[in-house]
Amino acid sequence: MKSENLVEINDLNFSYGNRAILKGINMTMHRGKVIAIMGGSGCGKTTLLRLIGGAVTPSSGYVKVAGQVVHDLTRDELFQIRRKMSMLFQFGALFTDLSVFDNVAFQMREHTDLPEAVIRDLVLMKLHAVGLRGAHKLMPAELSGGMARRVALARSVALDPLLIMYDEPFTGLDPISLSVIGNLIRRLTDALGMTSIIVTHDVQESLKIVDYVYFISEGVIAAHGTPTEVRGSIAPFVHQFVHGEEDGPVPFHYPASSYASDLRMRGEIA
Amino acid sequence: MQRTTMDLWVGLFVVAGIGALLVLALKVGNMGTYSAAQSYTLMGSFENIGGLKPRAPVKSAGVVVGRVLDIQFNPETFDAVVTMSIDTRYQFPKDTFASILTSGLLGEQYIGLAAGGDEVMLKGGDKIMKTNSAIVLEEMIGRFLFNKASESKDGNN
Amino acid sequence: MPRRIVLGIQGVGHRVIESVWRLGRASRFFMLMLMKSGTSMRRFRLIIREIYFTGVLSLIIIVVSGLFVGMVLGLQGYETLQKYGSESAVGTLVALSLVRELGPVVAALLFASRAGSAITAEIGLMKATEQLAAMEMMAVDPIARVVAPRFWAGVISMPFLAAMFSSVGVFGGYLVTVVLIGVDEGSFWSQMQSAVDFRYDIVNGVIKTCVFGVAVTAIAVFEGYDAPPTAAGVSGATTRTVVTSSLAILGLDFVLTAFMFRGMS
Repeated sequence: MKSENLVEINDLNFSYGNRAILKGINMTMHRGKVIAIMGGSGCGKTTLLRLIGGAVTPSSGYVKVAGQVVHDLTRDELFQIRRKMSMLFQFGALFTDLSVFDNVAFQMREHTDLPEAVIRDLVLMKLHAVGLRGAHKLMPAELSGGMARRVALARSVALDPLLIMYDEPFTGLDPISLSVIGNLIRRLTDALGMTSIIVTHDVQESLKIVDYVYFISEGVIAAHGTPTEVRGSIAPFVHQFVHGEEDGPVPFHYPASSYASDLRMRGEIA
Repeated sequence: MQRTTMDLWVGLFVVAGIGALLVLALKVGNMGTYSAAQSYTLMGSFENIGGLKPRAPVKSAGVVVGRVLDIQFNPETFDAVVTMSIDTRYQFPKDTFASILTSGLLGEQYIGLAAGGDEVMLKGGDKIMKTNSAIVLEEMIGRFLFNKASESKDGNN
Repeated sequence: MPRRIVLGIQGVGHRVIESVWRLGRASRFFMLMLMKSGTSMRRFRLIIREIYFTGVLSLIIIVVSGLFVGMVLGLQGYETLQKYGSESAVGTLVALSLVRELGPVVAALLFASRAGSAITAEIGLMKATEQLAAMEMMAVDPIARVVAPRFWAGVISMPFLAAMFSSVGVFGGYLVTVVLIGVDEGSFWSQMQSAVDFRYDIVNGVIKTCVFGVAVTAIAVFEGYDAPPTAAGVSGATTRTVVTSSLAILGLDFVLTAFMFRGMS
């Protein structure tokens, strides 16, 4: 708790079976910052969040959150530390059988003994912060994608966590909802003094709101820096990613045998 | 708001379920007339029990007073030992007669108790001394034919 | 050709190993759920909510099917019994068939397809849409919060549903044979009551339904929790719930019947 670094990742390796997903990742995340982790689809970003949340165990190396090594904790200790963090899932993951109000109230009811009147006020405050106080009676099925994401955001800050992780918060949103969510993340981070980790591949939107960026490619950190450093970077990978070029260090083609031999073989069969 | 109506429905559901169980127990089943809780056991040895089975009724004057609990073969006396559980409301004298009877021509077999005149009543675990075996239809028919045959022989002579 | 046979045998072996693996996982899951049931028992409100969804909403199909099964039993029983002049035994036939076998078995089969499949689909979808993972990240155990209440609600609902099925069925038999055909009402009930034993028939029937309730809901929650988090995975799991629990009901019914009614006429 004393250290200024809320999250420390040291020489982290993770593999599914023989397939190495993450190879020697080192990161430090300061309190009160918004950090983006970017990279192509399937490069292990989400796995990294799951490692921080203690949902999976690394092959070697460690993740420290608030000074504790996450995967060395017992289940009860893990649940204790998870009360200080929260995670926003890709499509919100609202509980479909509960109303918007009950969704936001969920953790308060599960983890605290607050009287119902206090919970009501707290929930309405959180919903007001994301602009959806009027929608508290709706069911998740009645919300648009952007509204669902905002409710999920209100739910993740319900217990004022130290750390929020966002898994692809911008996927599938229209430009207006997108900047609404982006600004909300920034504002809530500043207002509540927490740390935000955004996993995304939406470069332009996230560069507007974050303090620091890590690029992951093929399981290693390819580059890192502040948004201005990244925009000006001449590293080929960062350049390709930031400017969305089709070919570069990240190839367009999945590794294959030579095109010509593939075609000739098909000719012979036919 | 919505919660209370849900609770109401669940309450009704539980009440209906318990009601259905009670209907089964009292209206469909025989719990109203016969309770296994208060009963005492009697034993009886029979030379031949015919088709008597456990759980067959024990009747006296046509009224069900108990059930057959268990049937064992006694290897020393070579007869069948029948254990019956009798409702405690009904007491029978010591010289009660137990016979294995058949309801109707082809119906199930049961034990009929015919009360005697003794002052002393049977107690739990007692043995009924006077028993009458099951009437086995084949034996009866055989005996009948034999008698007929011998009758006609007598008539001829 | 031999290669094909080898491959075939390999396939069978694979499937056997896979099922044993799954069975092990299911047993561990079941134990885990029982261990975590304490917390959900303390919050009975969650169970009440699930009783509404599994029990109350299955009522209509159970009651209607029970009525028709009883009516058909009465009709068929009457047709056969009247040939022997013993149509007054039709009450016995209807009641014993329902209380001993049809009530528990048919009610459980209906329950598996109505409520069991719904439980699997709901839990599977909650998993596919990351709701269970989100709950886990909120330091709430999904097995205690989502799975256990559904399991206990199913276990509680099942005996009630089967009892309603049987009693409505007896009423259906009464309607057809006594009210419509005109079998003597007194002998209908009295023959039934002298033949149906509380301890041997009704209590055993209730024991059966409790066993079926545990089996069906345990299968349903496990399939849901174990479903691959995709649309195809959830639909496959729902199908497996209905198939597996139907087979389990019929198999268990045979075993239980063999134990309960052995050596009795």
